[in-house]
Amino acid sequence: MPTLYEQLGGSAAVEAAVDVFYRKVLIDDRISRFFDGVDMDRQIAKQKAFLTMAFGGPANYTGQDMRRGHAHLVERGLNDSHFDAVVELLGASLTELGVAPDLIAQVAAIAESTRADVLGR
Amino acid sequence: MPFLTWDGQRVEMRPTETVLDALLRVGVPLSHSCRAGVCQSCLLHATQGAAPQGSQAGLKPTLAGQGYFLACVCRPDQDLTAELPGPGVRTITRLVAKSWLSETVLRVALECDEPLHHRAGQYLTLFRIDGLSRSYSIASLPDGMIIELHVRVIPNGRMSNWLAGTANPGTELTAQGPAGNCFYMPGAPEQPLLLVGTGTGLAPLYGIVRDALGQGHTGPIWLYHGALDERGLYLVHELEELAARHPHFRYRPALLSRDGPLPQVLQAAHPKLAGWRGFVCGDPQIVDVLKKRLFLAGMASREINSDAFVPTASPG
Repeated sequence: MPTLYEQLGGSAAVEAAVDVFYRKVLIDDRISRFFDGVDMDRQIAKQKAFLTMAFGGPANYTGQDMRRGHAHLVERGLNDSHFDAVVELLGASLTELGVAPDLIAQVAAIAESTRADVLGR
Repeated sequence: MPFLTWDGQRVEMRPTETVLDALLRVGVPLSHSCRAGVCQSCLLHATQGAAPQGSQAGLKPTLAGQGYFLACVCRPDQDLTAELPGPGVRTITRLVAKSWLSETVLRVALECDEPLHHRAGQYLTLFRIDGLSRSYSIASLPDGMIIELHVRVIPNGRMSNWLAGTANPGTELTAQGPAGNCFYMPGAPEQPLLLVGTGTGLAPLYGIVRDALGQGHTGPIWLYHGALDERGLYLVHELEELAARHPHFRYRPALLSRDGPLPQVLQAAHPKLAGWRGFVCGDPQIVDVLKKRLFLAGMASREINSDAFVPTASPG
């Protein structure tokens, strides 16, 4: 039984999805302000790490990493509505790339599992 | 098993071990995070031997071309010497000539003792004898022992005013570099190129465009030079001549006072940039905005090359 990461296409799928996903993030009025003044290359690398994890791939992030990495955004008002927007845009990106709905649901579930840590609860 | 050389130390690789594993095993505290070839925290530079291709997946072609690789996914199949991405070697240079390109931009020519082996578009850091240092872009092609820099002379800038004023031909300066990942890579001669810069961001772009033309690039090449007004432009005559000789090269000065903000000029002229390659140089804020503009117009993130000029704490 191939893993979710293998079914999605592994690192090639991450490469294919990262630009589509990050473009949606940058033009979304609900969340784009969190990315103002952030170097794009650094952000792309972080988005790849996030997608690798959400795709069930080999990324060794702990809940503590998630908390530390988002604490400055929580201070600026990051909340559930922003988290929902990111999950929504992730789903829309994968739909656009022709990923099957049941795989998208699994990706969304992995992303969902980080909610409490990302929002520092 | 192949040997890894790190800071003079030879480490024999163990089967299935990565370069990151080997370095951590011998006590080198290399920064790392994802261990999956994604986050790029453990980026290293191979100075001898070739890193396997798999350890360069996801890196920009300009980084891969210089021998950069990711330690956490690198299982070498040959001996490898690696180091942290560093500022490069130091070379002694002598000031040989200087001339004004505009009211505020000084052309500085330096003669090197050894060839610098730079790529057009990279930068170097100059050290005065008292240790004062500043980074400047290289405008010249890597075709000789003379390096040409464009120096913006700014009020109270210690290095730039010294260069413009009392520094005489013959003065020795140490140059460290080259560094930077904003340069032309051959391999896609028909791809359209968009070069955008403000101020002395023109220096690397002037090198890159001549490098691309010299390497036989046949696709369209657009160069936008943004300035507040006419006084901020320079090399106008040279660029117009270059455009006259190469019909597929277009030079577009963009004046804030006449044409409006550069991102909007680009949006109007190039609303769709899927399949293009971009080079963006200049002050950090505008570089950040321009990169996002190119990206949102459809340019792939891996095709966007940039070097932002980070100002020093004390102006230079």
